[in-house]
Amino acid sequence: MFEHFFADPRTILMGVITGLVFGFLLQKGGVTRYNVIVNQFRFRDFTVLKTMLTAIVVGAVGVYAMLQLGMIKGLSVKSAELAMNAGGGLVFGVGMVLLGYCPGTALAAVGQGSRDAAVGIAGALVGAAVYAEAYPWLARVVEPMWKFGKVTFADVTHVSPWWFIAGLAAFAVGLFVLLEKRERRAAVA
Amino acid sequence: MVGLLRKPRWSPYVVGIGIGVLSWATFYFMGKALGTSTSFVGAAGSALCTVAPEHVAENAYYVKEYGAKGGGFKPIFDWQMALDISLVLGAFLAAMLGRTFKAESVPTVWAERFGPSVAKRYAAAFVGGFILIFGARMAGGCTSGHGISGGLQLAVSSWTFFVSMFVSGVVAAAVLFGFGARRAGKEAGHV
Repeated sequence: MFEHFFADPRTILMGVITGLVFGFLLQKGGVTRYNVIVNQFRFRDFTVLKTMLTAIVVGAVGVYAMLQLGMIKGLSVKSAELAMNAGGGLVFGVGMVLLGYCPGTALAAVGQGSRDAAVGIAGALVGAAVYAEAYPWLARVVEPMWKFGKVTFADVTHVSPWWFIAGLAAFAVGLFVLLEKRERRAAVA
Repeated sequence: MVGLLRKPRWSPYVVGIGIGVLSWATFYFMGKALGTSTSFVGAAGSALCTVAPEHVAENAYYVKEYGAKGGGFKPIFDWQMALDISLVLGAFLAAMLGRTFKAESVPTVWAERFGPSVAKRYAAAFVGGFILIFGARMAGGCTSGHGISGGLQLAVSSWTFFVSMFVSGVVAAAVLFGFGARRAGKEAGHV
């Protein structure tokens, strides 16, 4: 594993810049806070959902536009193995509430002084090692279930991705208007 | 500009737009999607490699994530590992500029429910982190790789993860914190 431990300097530099910007944004957004993340799952604070949905819609418009204009070669879609995706999601949700951070926000939270996030990262490293041991079994038994490959909703339905993006944007804007109205009312009360 | 950087908190919409635009840049410049959790496997594998290199070389998962085409491994300290490490620094800069840096072991919402014990909080955080990464690796990504990057690509895998993660989190939060009446907004400013 150590023969070629470091990638080339340009790749590493790009990673450093991306991480700096990403970490900066996450911290400013407040999503590096345990209280904010846990209260999303209790429906008391919608910061996480607002941030993620906005990022998804904005990201989708740009990435699909670049794809259409030939500015990027292709997408980077993860394989649909629905039993693994859904099962992993169920496990992940429990971990996210117990820890109060996700992997990226835990790292960023360390930067703002959250010591419990550092403990969580230690647990995560052990979890990764244990997962590697469990993988051969999961790959044999669970991975083949509902396996559809690297597909998007546009691929499966043969509908233009722009319809999905438009739908998603409409849903997001509708939800945001509703949430802002409710929060303003609650602030007055 | 400096005033903006000094602000302790930005609107979630501004931050969301920023992350969206950042994802354009990673696609355009690197042909990559934002993600954070694979590097935990690289880090764990590297640590294990110092004591049991053969075991790591033969493990199907390390080979799946980091195996090079002609045998051996791809660099572990890659784009994402650099990203993960500088996430800490990026957040540190944001917290310093906004004067929100605070050494804290027990968050207030946790303390209200489970008390001020640091040991108890650390135990939950350790177990939570363990479960979190196990789930992320099983699903093939986390809130960044699946949630944001996969979500914006309209990936079937990622939306499946997103929905099941959210439902599971809501149930877990209800079990941990009780099904009490929702007091929306009141605690929105609860930082």
